[in-house]
Amino acid sequence: MEGEVRVIEHATCTFCGCVCDDIDLTVEGNRITKAKNACVLGKAWFFEYPTAESRPEAMIGESPSTVGEGIEEAARILTSARYPVVYGLSDTTVEAQRVAVEIADLIGGCLDTTTSVCHGPSGIAFQGVGEATCSLGEIKNRADMVIFWGGNPAESHPRHFTKYSVMPKGMFVPNGRKDRYVVLVDVRKTPSARAADLFIQVKPRKDFELLWALRALVKGIEVDHGIEAETGVSLATLRALVERMKRAKFGVFLFGMGLSMTRGKHYNAAAILALARDLNQYTRFVAKPMRGHGNVTGADNVVAWATGYPFGVSFGRGYPRFNPGEFTTVDLLARGEADAALIISADPVANFPQSAIEHLKRIPTIVLDPQASETAKIARVAFTTAIYGINVAGTVYRMDDVPIRLRPALSSRYPSDEEVLKGIARRVRELRREALSA
Amino acid sequence: MKAVSSQVFILIPGRTTEQGTSVGDKASPEYRSVTRLLRMNPEDMARLGLTDGAQVRLRNAQGEIVVSCVSAKDELPPGVLFIAYGPESSKLMGGETHGTGMPDSKGIEVELTVAGGSPGRE
Repeated sequence: MEGEVRVIEHATCTFCGCVCDDIDLTVEGNRITKAKNACVLGKAWFFEYPTAESRPEAMIGESPSTVGEGIEEAARILTSARYPVVYGLSDTTVEAQRVAVEIADLIGGCLDTTTSVCHGPSGIAFQGVGEATCSLGEIKNRADMVIFWGGNPAESHPRHFTKYSVMPKGMFVPNGRKDRYVVLVDVRKTPSARAADLFIQVKPRKDFELLWALRALVKGIEVDHGIEAETGVSLATLRALVERMKRAKFGVFLFGMGLSMTRGKHYNAAAILALARDLNQYTRFVAKPMRGHGNVTGADNVVAWATGYPFGVSFGRGYPRFNPGEFTTVDLLARGEADAALIISADPVANFPQSAIEHLKRIPTIVLDPQASETAKIARVAFTTAIYGINVAGTVYRMDDVPIRLRPALSSRYPSDEEVLKGIARRVRELRREALSA
Repeated sequence: MKAVSSQVFILIPGRTTEQGTSVGDKASPEYRSVTRLLRMNPEDMARLGLTDGAQVRLRNAQGEIVVSCVSAKDELPPGVLFIAYGPESSKLMGGETHGTGMPDSKGIEVELTVAGGSPGRE
């Protein structure tokens, strides 16, 4: 109502994988005017969400359409495609993700999420090495040694330091920052270096070599002085680091896309997971990826619990198969294989390689997004959907796999992703039944 | 501006605060400018006769972009470049994922040349 002031306590910010659920939102009329506790990214998320309520609820080509007409066209495209892909899903609720899995299953398509261009290689490494893991609460209460590797939380996850990993006082670290030794390993001396006791500058694309040398030193194997020329880090620095890691009571590696996006990818991630595992012969050590989008961890969880695999899944044979490099979206598009795409809350036209974008422009696409994203602009069917966390309730997973409820602040005239996807799933089932009985 | 021979650098696209606060509207002038700003080691800039705001062209087998450069101060070692993720950095990314699903999105080799005039290819 115009002029009415409301406060929504404990609202959840879904901008990044921290999924902070302690935000107090002040709503005046139909605007969020204050976001207490939110970081700079969270404030931008809550204050600058799309407000263009004039955008049609659906577009088919250039024509404004109803949601029902959009669902009809989407179902027609998906049921007539031979090798469709369902992609995105990191910025929507678990409830919507479940329906997307169902659609991929119904149409015998590929199912992939933005994980494949984020920590997908880390997901591959988990399967090879396993994961010595913990919750962010355990890091807050126990970690006396925190090593950030290939990530810049000061800019990507601004509250991680203060809520979980660096500053907070915890049960076994009662003095907070004073009880923790913080290390940053990165190619760049980012703003996160200021929060660290030790900054180690590794040469670009030499993370694997550095991690493998640390593994050797942990196991008491000689490492040649040539490691400095190779990685840019002296043997003395590595030895001192290993001694400190072994003396720690509870150590944690928090690794970013500096490992998963750089040449070596799943080998880099496997190396840090193996190093954490090795250190458990001496003390407690864990390794966790720093996840980016608000519910990318939910996407991994939902796809894994529904299919057995976290991303890059094909239902082409009627049962799920996992093969990154074959069923992942960049590959499906760059090789010109997919013949239709259903894209939920992701913008591949803005961040995929050119060869993939060019193919995406050639095939019919169905896009669900609160905004007229670059991908929505090329869609055959573009649905405007309500924003999760701001307009839509539901569940998301924090980066440590802890599920968190959303407390929306504002209503929207647009449907949620879940409602649109349910409509598509229902119509796809009907069309398949009609085709079978014909 | 005088032309110099091209130099091979390693480009690291990544997140920044400004990229994160403007990503909600990719058509906004803020997003366009933060994703078109290249950070460079100051010694490299001096060697190439570049000052803050100068235009440079980055090229590899995938594509070519023209962006403004700015000193990264002590953030970057010589030979390494940084740019915020965005449509420009994506133009230099290849479609090969080496069986992982993930294209080489950081640590990309690029040739850098000094460019005159305003950014092209728009």
